[in-house]
Amino acid sequence: MDRRSGRSEARRRNWRGAALAGGMGLLAACERGPQSALHPAGRNAEAILDLTLILVAGGGVIFLFVMALAGYAVIARPERFPGSRAWIIGGGLVFPIVTLTALQVYEFAVARQLSDTGGVEPLRIEVTGYMWWWEVRYPDVSLEGAGEGGEVLRTANRLVIPAGRPVEVVVTAADVIHSFWVPSLGGKMDMIPGHENRLILVGERPGTYRGQCAEYCGAQHALMAFDVVVEPPDRFEDWLAAERRPAAEPDGPQQAVGRDAFLRAGCGSCHTVRGTPANGAAGPDLTHVGGRGALAAGTLPNTPEALAGWIAGAQHIKPENRMPSFPILGGDDLHAIAVWLESLK
Amino acid sequence: MTPPLDDAALPNRLPRPKEELEALKRAWKPTSGLGLLKEVNNNIIGVMYIATALLFFVISGTLALVMRTQLAVPENDVLGHSLYNQFFTVHGTGMMFLFAVPIVEAIGVFLLPSMLAARDLPFPRLSAFAFWAYLFGGLAFFCSLIFEVAPDGGWFMYPPLTSMKFSPGINADFWLLGIGFIEISAIAGAIEIIVGILRTRPPGMTLDKIPVYCWSMLVMAGMIVFAFPAVIIATALLEIERAFDWPFFIAERGGDPLLWQHLFWFFGHPEVYIIFLPAAGLVSMMVPALAQRPLVGHDWVVVALVGTGFFSFGLWVHHMFATGIPPLSLSFFSAASMAVSVPAGIQVFAWIATLGKGRLQWTVATWFLLGFLFIFVAGGLTGVMVAVIPFDWQAHDSYFIVAHLHYVLIGGMVFPVFAGLYHWWPTMKGTMLSERLGRWAFWMMFIGFNVAFFPMHVSGLMGMPRRVYTYPGDLGWNVLNMISTVGAFVMAFGVLLVLIDMARDAFGRGRPAPENPWKAGTLEWIPNDDYATRSIPHVRSLYPLWDNPNLSREVQEGAHYLPGAPTRRRETIVTSPIEARPQYLMPMPGPHWSHFLAGLFTAAHFICLAVQLYWVSLVPGVLAIASVFWWVWSLDKGADHPPQDVGGGWRVPVYLQGSENHSWWGTAVLLLVDGTAFACLCFTYVFLWTVSPDVWPVGTDALPGLGWLFGEVGLWVVAAGAMLLASRAVAHNRNWAMRGALLAGLLLMLAAAVAEPYNRIASGLVASETAYGAIVYMLASWQVFHVVILVLMTGLALARSFAGRLHARRRVTFDNVMLVWLYTCGQGVVSLLLVHLFPRLAV
Repeated sequence: MDRRSGRSEARRRNWRGAALAGGMGLLAACERGPQSALHPAGRNAEAILDLTLILVAGGGVIFLFVMALAGYAVIARPERFPGSRAWIIGGGLVFPIVTLTALQVYEFAVARQLSDTGGVEPLRIEVTGYMWWWEVRYPDVSLEGAGEGGEVLRTANRLVIPAGRPVEVVVTAADVIHSFWVPSLGGKMDMIPGHENRLILVGERPGTYRGQCAEYCGAQHALMAFDVVVEPPDRFEDWLAAERRPAAEPDGPQQAVGRDAFLRAGCGSCHTVRGTPANGAAGPDLTHVGGRGALAAGTLPNTPEALAGWIAGAQHIKPENRMPSFPILGGDDLHAIAVWLESLK
Repeated sequence: MTPPLDDAALPNRLPRPKEELEALKRAWKPTSGLGLLKEVNNNIIGVMYIATALLFFVISGTLALVMRTQLAVPENDVLGHSLYNQFFTVHGTGMMFLFAVPIVEAIGVFLLPSMLAARDLPFPRLSAFAFWAYLFGGLAFFCSLIFEVAPDGGWFMYPPLTSMKFSPGINADFWLLGIGFIEISAIAGAIEIIVGILRTRPPGMTLDKIPVYCWSMLVMAGMIVFAFPAVIIATALLEIERAFDWPFFIAERGGDPLLWQHLFWFFGHPEVYIIFLPAAGLVSMMVPALAQRPLVGHDWVVVALVGTGFFSFGLWVHHMFATGIPPLSLSFFSAASMAVSVPAGIQVFAWIATLGKGRLQWTVATWFLLGFLFIFVAGGLTGVMVAVIPFDWQAHDSYFIVAHLHYVLIGGMVFPVFAGLYHWWPTMKGTMLSERLGRWAFWMMFIGFNVAFFPMHVSGLMGMPRRVYTYPGDLGWNVLNMISTVGAFVMAFGVLLVLIDMARDAFGRGRPAPENPWKAGTLEWIPNDDYATRSIPHVRSLYPLWDNPNLSREVQEGAHYLPGAPTRRRETIVTSPIEARPQYLMPMPGPHWSHFLAGLFTAAHFICLAVQLYWVSLVPGVLAIASVFWWVWSLDKGADHPPQDVGGGWRVPVYLQGSENHSWWGTAVLLLVDGTAFACLCFTYVFLWTVSPDVWPVGTDALPGLGWLFGEVGLWVVAAGAMLLASRAVAHNRNWAMRGALLAGLLLMLAAAVAEPYNRIASGLVASETAYGAIVYMLASWQVFHVVILVLMTGLALARSFAGRLHARRRVTFDNVMLVWLYTCGQGVVSLLLVHLFPRLAV
């Protein structure tokens, strides 16, 4: 019963996305993307898609009407063309004022709905934009053993949120302006140095959705993505418990070699791996890097090979980013580091 | 056999003496060869201006093609990130600042005088200067690409990305100085256009008989006056922050990145209408001409143009819907953004009704106009969509916006301009472009455009952000991007056909055009020469050529006003701003090297600044000032001829001083620009306080004593009084009293201007420590800058006085200095009251 209504819900969404794309005459849009406002998976994105459909339909009708009128004006004989100044008053003045006033009322209703948390205490997540990655903090989730007011959970390039519960994302930037945008879940919000902006997201369908920086932020603006994982509430709690723990001890000699090489190479001056001496703050926290969906802010798949390649040639893969390339690391060390980091789930 | 003209009712008797035409021809004889550089005639400058704008359009468009090639497939490597970021910055900047605004001004320079039947615009050297400054500045700007030091911060250059910390190279300086400089050229053009439309209309062309295009240009120029100062101040603040570390935009020291966005978009949104309104004006001229009937709802269209001008200043925040501004404030801007579609709708329906009520001629221009209607209406509707705040939160900074802005700008401006090129081409030298090539070009451009840009609406909603040099292949964007790329090339091919067509004509392959080929009703279709029309027609209606079929012949035979060159030099009639009654015969400067050199050296000065040759930049800087002195020295000739008969019983003087002089009007408009710039600085002061009141001084201890305020205000007031004394002395030809008063006044102003930064330094304020210090010193520097300008201007007045060129009956130069002087004193007082009293009252 439940599942069937879920499926019909999904079908309804598919239908709307397809209607919009089809209406625009472009079947290409039916390709389902993990980063699409046309394939919503959250409350706000759905509300905005409904609004979009109304705007496209209304705009389309007006467009067709005006074009038909213009076409008729061009071909009809002057004496057959009805009215003259009446078009200006009716079409240019009365019609837009009436429709736009109605649109304003609807717009404000939608805008209000988007920031509504329905009386539920939202989950707070702080996201800070860096050139070109995302720091994610859960200010109300302390680390295992840290106690009240202790260090809180800090991760990078990936938000995990519980389905159905409103999330308040507090965004800011550490260097230049970035913009936080997960099209499948809702609209965007700029991240501005010196400002703290707020955005409500409600993820509804569990899954992984891609977000991307939407404000041009310099050399690698194109390679600044992140994931938002919507989990069912119980799995979200499991993830939270796992994430609060420090990194696991190396399992086997290769992982131990990897950890030692990591520390020897000085990686810890920029990166933190909780449970090891690595406690740098300039780069992403790597305590559970192995569990993430991608590397280098959505640039590479999260595999040991890709990770080794990234460490050796970060400047080649994503030029001008803050991570230097480490070509001096030997192949064995490199591989061991990658294997160890990938084990940190 | 044409019947003889009824010359009893005409301003001048026929036939005219033969030597009259010869004198006219001699006075307006164009220079040849290298002399072209000295030329000031709007027919020549206008054509070079349009050609340069088209060149920059082609360069910026070519950059777009390379970018489209890079984006054709995912993870492409035609362009690296660095070049791509430079390309899109230069593409956007080039299209907005070096193509769109210049070409609408250039068309105005070319077309306005003939539409107003004036012999030239009122300040021919100023428009020539604006052209050369633009040409040199634009070329230098594009050349920065060759050396890979082109700006790469996007065309709206948001700090902190463009601040010294994140853009240490000279790339950003090229943008700030280059564009700041080109805006000077745009403002010069605006002054020219405003005074030209208000003061050089033909007798009888009262306000209700002004062609719609002239209205659109008047509104557009007025918008430049109030919009451009904001971006000039923004660029100045950012450049000063970069050079001297005054933290206007740095959040840690009390600055705010959003300050830039407010200032930039306060300019940036009106900018869109600055581009669109002249194009709409062109459409409102072409539609009646092609439909062979007057524009339906003429008055409505004029009101719509003026209304758009007003509304456009209340929309800027709709570029900032996602910056976290509270929803209540946003809703005001959302409503205003929708409201601006009302005047656009009025115009669209006026055009459609005119088409409906007329019999349409099918020309290339007709096709481009219909294409314009299609694209512009679509772009207008997506404009309403993005004015809806929740929708904008998805669409903002995505490819949806890229699609929308190109629909509005290419549809709203490029298509009408291309229609206009085909339509008015015959007025240039009497030849016509090819109808066949033109039609092919239209269809390529129209189809190519829609194929390129329509899919971007979809790719944007599918999550593709703008300004990305690459994208992954698994997000569903691949097909859409490939389609867009194909469309872009098809469109480019259409543009190429137009260029080929124009080149054919330039090489003498154009067909000779009949007189008034589209049988239009307005004055620019009267055959003209270097001196414009033979005589200046008396205008009785909106479509004079339709209402008086003999008018063209009357004008050509010299039966209307000013059929010759009575003072044997270039001149045109200045008329009153509302009734268009002849007031005086303005002598116009002829070809000269001074304005060319001024343009060249000004450009060289700014280029030196951009490449950080600060000391070297003084050389062209001083040379530019010297050229301007040379330029203005020969102007303001005084009443060197007796009043002249221009026809119709009007005997008018050749010199008029006081508030009816055209250059007094020019100076007044310039001071509106200046005042707006000052208002932007005051806004900056208050805005920074609202953001960071904590960096403002608490209590009066950190502030200079009120004695400083009273003393400095007193100095400014006494300096203003000295100027009034000098003015009375001029009126009575008491030369030494005048010189003494001017010198004394200058010393008072210098003392006042220096006292302010002095007391701030004494009170320990440091400009680079907080945004408060930065803006206080900025306001003081602004005043110092004005005093430096006044030292130069007063020096000119004194030199003229010693040379016997300034006295009671030849005081236009003096009056202009007086205007700037009194304005500066007033500005000084307001500035002091703000910086001394605000912290005492508000904190």
